[in-house]
Amino acid sequence: MIRIGVDVGGTNTDAVVMRDKSFVAGAKSPTSPDVTSGARAAIDKAIARSGIDVGVVDAVMLGTTHFVNALVRRRDLASTGIIRLCLPSGASLNPFAAWPADLVKAIGGKFRLVDGGYEMDGREIAPLDRAQLLAAVDDLRAAGCTEIAISAVFSTVRGDMEMEAADIIRAAHPDLQVTVSQEIGRIGLLERENAAIINSALRPLAGQVVAAFKRMKEELGLTCPVYFTRNDGTLIDTEEVERLPVLTFACGPTNSMRGAAFLSGLAHALVVDIGGTTADVGEVRDGFPRLAGTSVTVADVQTNFSMPDVISLGLGGGSLVNRETGRIGPDSVGLDLLTQGVVFGGDTLTASDVAVASGRAQMGTHPAPPLPEVEALTAEIDRMLADVVARSRTSAEEMPVLAVGGGSVLMGPVVDGLTVIRPEHHDLANAVGAAIAQVSGEVSRIVQLTEGLTREAAIAQVTQDASDAAVARGADPATLTTLSVADVPLAYLPGNNLAISVNVVGDLNLEAKG
Amino acid sequence: MTADKTPVMNVDKAALRRIARGGAVLGSGGGGDPYIGRLMAEQELGDDGSVPVVSLDDLPDDALILPIAMMGAPHVMLERFPSGNEIPALVATMEKLMGRRVSAILCIEAGGLNSVIPFIAAAQMGLPIIDGDAMGRAFPELQMVTFTLAGLGATPMAMYDDKGNGATFDTVSNQWTERLARALTIEMGGAAMVGLYPVTAAQCRPCLIRGSLSLAHRIGDLIETYGGQATETLATSLGGTMLFHGRVRDVDRRLEGAFAKGSVRVEGQGDFRGRTVTLGFQNEFLSAEEDGRMLATTPDLITLVDANTGAPVPTDTVKYGLSVKVLGLPCDPIWRSDEGLALVGPRYFGIDVDYTPLDVA
Repeated sequence: MIRIGVDVGGTNTDAVVMRDKSFVAGAKSPTSPDVTSGARAAIDKAIARSGIDVGVVDAVMLGTTHFVNALVRRRDLASTGIIRLCLPSGASLNPFAAWPADLVKAIGGKFRLVDGGYEMDGREIAPLDRAQLLAAVDDLRAAGCTEIAISAVFSTVRGDMEMEAADIIRAAHPDLQVTVSQEIGRIGLLERENAAIINSALRPLAGQVVAAFKRMKEELGLTCPVYFTRNDGTLIDTEEVERLPVLTFACGPTNSMRGAAFLSGLAHALVVDIGGTTADVGEVRDGFPRLAGTSVTVADVQTNFSMPDVISLGLGGGSLVNRETGRIGPDSVGLDLLTQGVVFGGDTLTASDVAVASGRAQMGTHPAPPLPEVEALTAEIDRMLADVVARSRTSAEEMPVLAVGGGSVLMGPVVDGLTVIRPEHHDLANAVGAAIAQVSGEVSRIVQLTEGLTREAAIAQVTQDASDAAVARGADPATLTTLSVADVPLAYLPGNNLAISVNVVGDLNLEAKG
Repeated sequence: MTADKTPVMNVDKAALRRIARGGAVLGSGGGGDPYIGRLMAEQELGDDGSVPVVSLDDLPDDALILPIAMMGAPHVMLERFPSGNEIPALVATMEKLMGRRVSAILCIEAGGLNSVIPFIAAAQMGLPIIDGDAMGRAFPELQMVTFTLAGLGATPMAMYDDKGNGATFDTVSNQWTERLARALTIEMGGAAMVGLYPVTAAQCRPCLIRGSLSLAHRIGDLIETYGGQATETLATSLGGTMLFHGRVRDVDRRLEGAFAKGSVRVEGQGDFRGRTVTLGFQNEFLSAEEDGRMLATTPDLITLVDANTGAPVPTDTVKYGLSVKVLGLPCDPIWRSDEGLALVGPRYFGIDVDYTPLDVA
């Protein structure tokens, strides 16, 4: 099977060609403002270097930072209304609680609470009121909302009411897109609802992005399917990314970690991915990134979809060096390193110039600047990286540090006492991670243990549901493995209630998916 | 409240954030995350609102004080939020039962989610909150309050759910109130609001643990200022001790009845290298043991904090590999009496040791 993996980063777009599990060729191209022409150039070059024919490519896997960038910059966001099925409960804490004001403004901040939702055991809080629901939609449309998201209390325990509400809205308003929270988040209404709102706000942009990549594919003469990579290192198809763009948010760090592990042949390692502006540090276990515990903050909003536990540091190849204070970053020339950096003939002193002056890196077209304080600046880089690596470790266990990304030349041979390994093709780790992405199924639910239902049986049941979900997405049943099982007893409540979450992954099976 | 008395503090959004942080520390690993309760109180306060926290000394003897709390599973509150009508209904019911108006709200449990719930009540009802509580921390059962030691009854008690269902309790003991109220909480969907232990200021004076809310505020302020370095400062300024510093090497959880029980093994780092401490928990941390020797047991507070951020780490989310500091804080002296230890001491929780007060030397 021939796959092309693509990573659209802030600075560069990378593409690799992989045959089954081996690296064939790769290429880089600057990310273009229109995004797809940079991707097209990178894929074109990678295919040319691989010597393969365009016609034999089986799949293209894309990782892009498009959506998270739109959210961070508060741009290209649709005016979204959220309808929460909760009344009579729920009014003590409204949607958009704890959001930054500028983002609420960008999305509109409109919501309606209506009857509905479930108790933790699946009993209805109140039946769905069709007329009330449709009146809420009319209100929100009149207030300018072009997208609708729905949440319901305990919809991860029982999903029917959210689905029914979405069907009612779609039937009455065929032009409206509807996000249902259970497809995105886990237990925790506010965070799941936040993720659903953000998803809806990004849907029009997702449509444009998917269309642009489809055009690019045609221009390249590729006839294979295109997939996007998700936050957890697995795949969704273009239809699903148009519906659920939020699931691709954190694919950058995930792809780089998975790619680094794959390229090094190591299943357990810390990964430091240094780009032009930031260094992202995370841990890989069994080839997958360690996921953040309960909730993660995206663009200052708390959400709870599966995201890798990554610590970011404002240090990259383009980071500005302040000679007066001896500080480096967090401001960066980013994309313009190749024109503004001193070793590239510019006049801005960057971290890359320090790396060249210290002898750690060789790059550029011009000699390194004379830097009497090069040792102190190098020590500052090492201190910054050692600190973030130490914070990312979850044990004193010795494990290698994999240095990847164009800015990884900043790193010395040892960090926080751990040996640094720079795998072959490390500067293409992101694209490799995209190319090797698998398919997943994730289910999380509260189960009440009874005499007939043991903890083990309950976990097995949830695992089966997660496996079914993975297969429905196109996973080969023969390759399924359970990535994570978490079960937390619900405290202060008799009746042995367990919150169980299971994530199952498998290889993409193109034949079965058709 | 008499108008000429100055409040101990006026709690606005920013102060509430610090109290929630401090409340999590006083939760001793349990009591639920105050976060969701803080957001509810913020909605009630609005951008410019605040709630006065007053000294019990400023209330006349006959003033009626109503403790308000959430009962049930804090996890349920993360998904099903209250309607907002529970507290006004509770207060109205209790006023009818008591035949008089409530003068002030009381926090019954300064640890965990219930450290902030009373602020919702105070903001909604336009009432002040007393600076104090009846646990000085978090405990799992409603009879585990200083009021029980003083012979005060939990009833008349009222309970309301988000649907508008209400119930009142008239029981023979606070243990019976716990049993009956816990059972009804389940039927109400796992969590409900309660108003209980209605007391006059005169009844409250001998058994209130004073200053708990300003203490929570001070703890939150220290963590905001010092982050991961706050633990040592907290230990010294609160008369406690930093029991241990290390990395979590094992977490064992099991479910027994309504309670999440288990243990956390921490391997020493820095000054504590070469030593291992095991923390036992039942919702809250109950014991810290090294080689068969107890470093601390309930009712003294054992709190785990993230060594990097200073944020308290609850028993239900503590994870393998986390770098932690173990903080021991002395409980209120009232818990160290024979009666206090019978109610909340190690043996009540099935730990077969005599209580030894936390060594803070």
